[in-house]
Amino acid sequence: MIATLATLAAAVLIFVGALFTLAAAIGILRLPEFYTRMHAASKAGTVGSSLMLIAVAVHSGDPGTVTRALAGVVFFLLTAPISAHLLARAAYAVGYRLGRHAVLDEMPQESGNERS
Amino acid sequence: MTAEAILHLSVLATLPILCLAFLLTVVRIVRGPTLPDRVLGLDMLVATAIGFIAVIGIKTGFTLYIDIAIALGLVGFLATIAFARFILARGKTEEDIAADSHADGSTRNKGRKG
Repeated sequence: MIATLATLAAAVLIFVGALFTLAAAIGILRLPEFYTRMHAASKAGTVGSSLMLIAVAVHSGDPGTVTRALAGVVFFLLTAPISAHLLARAAYAVGYRLGRHAVLDEMPQESGNERS
Repeated sequence: MTAEAILHLSVLATLPILCLAFLLTVVRIVRGPTLPDRVLGLDMLVATAIGFIAVIGIKTGFTLYIDIAIALGLVGFLATIAFARFILARGKTEEDIAADSHADGSTRNKGRKG
């Protein structure tokens, strides 16, 4: 019974994770500019790969595998915001402009003037 | 229909979805238009590859692939940080580079600064 439930949960988790990854890829392709594409990549992409790793953990009842998969999930959840923040900060500091749909720039003193 | 058959069907449905996500990300990397877009696409490729590794780990039962997924995530994180440092060190956007080359081409006597 428990094994059947775990298998079904793994099937659902892996499918939902793939859908999240597909949503992130579509967002990267369709969103208008870099700073909005970053939302799709760093949120939906992280959730997608984390859900699939959790599916592996659920599918294999081995404690070692479960621990490693959960460690991977925690690692991705820790590093994805850091890398996204660094990339957006570097792009903004260098002077990549916001798109024409942007309504607010909260750091306007750094935009435009390139620093060398 | 047993649970194993449902899991098998789910794996079979998941692999084309991940392939499509991979291809869409590659399209964004090829089209650009800027360097941060390509770095972001590279980050997304790493996430999709981790999904592939998880699916193959479930399909074949080799859970050793989880270690590879963790190592790949570490490499992707460090690569993104290195590319962010490179963007910051380069200090100019694609528009600046195009403007510089255009200025060099039109006004030859201006010369480079520095």
